[in-house]
Amino acid sequence: MIEILDYAFMQRALLAALLVGVAAPAVGIYLVQRHQAIMGDGIGHIALTGVALGFLLSTNAVWTAVLVSAAGAVAIELVRWYGKARGDIALALLFYGGMAGGVMIINLAPGGSTADLLTAMFGSVTTVAAEDVTAVVLLSCAVLAVCLGLRRQLFAVCQDEEFARVTGLPVRLLNLLLAVTAAVTVTVAMRVVGLLLVSALMVIPVAAAQQVTRGFAVTLGLSVTLGTLVAVSGTVVSFYADVPPGATIVLLAIAVFAALAALTPLVTRRRAVRAAGDEAPAGLLSREPAGG
Amino acid sequence: MDVPAPGGSAPVISLRGAHAVLGARPVLRGIDLTVGRGEVVALLGANGSGKSTAVRAAIGRVPLTSGELELFGTPLRRFRDWRRVGYVPQRSTAAAGVPATVREVVSSGRLARHRLRPLGRTDRAAVQRALELVGMAGRAKDSVSALSGGQHQRVLIARALAGEPELLIMDEPLAGVDLASQHVLADALRDQVASGASVLLVLHELGPLAPLIDRSVVLRDGRVERVARPEQLHDPACHPHDSEVVHPASAVPRIETGQLS
Repeated sequence: MIEILDYAFMQRALLAALLVGVAAPAVGIYLVQRHQAIMGDGIGHIALTGVALGFLLSTNAVWTAVLVSAAGAVAIELVRWYGKARGDIALALLFYGGMAGGVMIINLAPGGSTADLLTAMFGSVTTVAAEDVTAVVLLSCAVLAVCLGLRRQLFAVCQDEEFARVTGLPVRLLNLLLAVTAAVTVTVAMRVVGLLLVSALMVIPVAAAQQVTRGFAVTLGLSVTLGTLVAVSGTVVSFYADVPPGATIVLLAIAVFAALAALTPLVTRRRAVRAAGDEAPAGLLSREPAGG
Repeated sequence: MDVPAPGGSAPVISLRGAHAVLGARPVLRGIDLTVGRGEVVALLGANGSGKSTAVRAAIGRVPLTSGELELFGTPLRRFRDWRRVGYVPQRSTAAAGVPATVREVVSSGRLARHRLRPLGRTDRAAVQRALELVGMAGRAKDSVSALSGGQHQRVLIARALAGEPELLIMDEPLAGVDLASQHVLADALRDQVASGASVLLVLHELGPLAPLIDRSVVLRDGRVERVARPEQLHDPACHPHDSEVVHPASAVPRIETGQLS
C-alpha cells in the first residue's frame, strides 16, 4: 500500500482521483435533483471537440476542453429556456455535433487520428502530467466553492424553479453557473475516468446514497464520501491488478449502489419501527410496540 | 416585519386591464384585480376560467400582453423587493430526484432574507416558527416524499411563511388536502392576517377559509364576472350557476372524516 506512493505518477493519479471523487458527485447531485442525470454525458460528448481543438492548436487539452464544454453547457441551458417544442432534438444535435466535430478536427490535425481521442474518452489517470495537476486542483476547488458555497441557492433552484424566482433569486444566473460548473467537472474528470464515463461518477454515488437517506445535506455528504472512496480505491486497485482505472472506478461505484440497494429494506424497516414508536398516538403503524 | 415602505397606503397588488395568452389562446381578457393592505381576496371560477393564470401573472410569471401590474405600488419591471412576497405554488406530484427533509424545503423559503449569508439564529427561529404554525415541526427531519398530500401542502405553506412575507399568494392551497390539514391551514392563515399580512388565493371552494375572506372575485372566460362578499356567493336564487362554481359548505352536509379527499 505504501509502495504505491513511491511513484510520482501514482501520487498525481491519486490526487486527481481524490479531487474528482469529491467534485463529481457534488455537482452531480443538483443535476440528479432536477432530473438531468444524463447532462454530464452530453457535455462529455461536446468536450471531445475541445480535446481535438487542443490537439490541433498544440495547447493543453484541458483548457480547450473547459472552454468548449462550458460553451456547450451554456447552449444547453439556452435551449432549455428558449427551446420551443423539441428541446431533446436540439440537445441531440449539440451532443452528436460535439462528438463528430471532435473526430473531424482530430483528423484534420497534422499527425492526428481518432485513436488520439481514446485517452480522453476512456481516461488515463496514470498519465496525468505535472502541469495537469495544477489545472485539476484549481478547477476542482472552483467547482467545490460553487457547489458547497451556493448549496442553499442551488438546492432551491433545482427543487422548485418557480418558487426560487418568486424568492428573488437570480435563477438564470444560477442555472448558467451550474451548467458551467458541470462542464468544468466533466473536463476535470476526463483524465480520471474518461469522457464517456464521467457522468457515472457524477450520478451513481448520488443514486447510491439517496437510497438510504432522507435529506439533501446528508445525501450530499454521503455521495461525496462514496465518490471519493470509489475513485481512490479504484485507482489503487487498477495499479495492483493492472486493469483500466476508469472502468474499475465505475464498476466499483455500481457495486456500492447494489450493496446499498440490498441494505435499503433494512433501513426502511428500522425507520418505520422508530416512527411507530414516536407517533403511536397518531395511529401510524400502531401495531408496533411503542418506543420500539 | 419590515417598516412599511414609502407610499405605504398603495394596494399590495394592482392589476389593471390585464391581458395574457398561453400558446395562442387568450386566457386573461382584461382583468382588474386589487388587493389592499391587510385584505384577503379569493379568486374563484371554473376550470379554465383563468384564475391560476391571473395569480401567476400577479407574481410576474405570466407576461402580460397588455395592462399594468404593480406590487406594493411599484411597477413589476422595477419591483425587486421579493422578500415581501410569499408564494405557495399549486402542489405538484412531481418529486425532485434527490430526497429533501421538511426542514430543508421550508428553509429554502428563508433565502430571500438571508441571501448569501449562512443561515443565522433569526433564520432558524423563523423556520421553526413556520413549521410549528402548520403543525409539521414533529416531521421536520422526515423526507417530503414520505408525506401525504395535505402534509405536503402544509410544508409548501410553511416555506412561504418562513420568509415572513407581507403578501401571501397561494394557488389552490386546498386542492387534494384532507380536512384536518384544511383546518390547520385556516388557522395558520388567520394568524398571518391577524399580524397584518395580505392574501391573494385561488380556491375551488371556500371550505374552512370562508370566514377569513374579505372579498371573492369570480372569473369566467378570462374576465371578472363579479366581485362579492363570500356570503353573497351562496345565494343560488341570485346566481343560478354558482352551484357548479363554488360549493358552499353550508349547503352540502359534509362528513368530516379527516381522510384524504
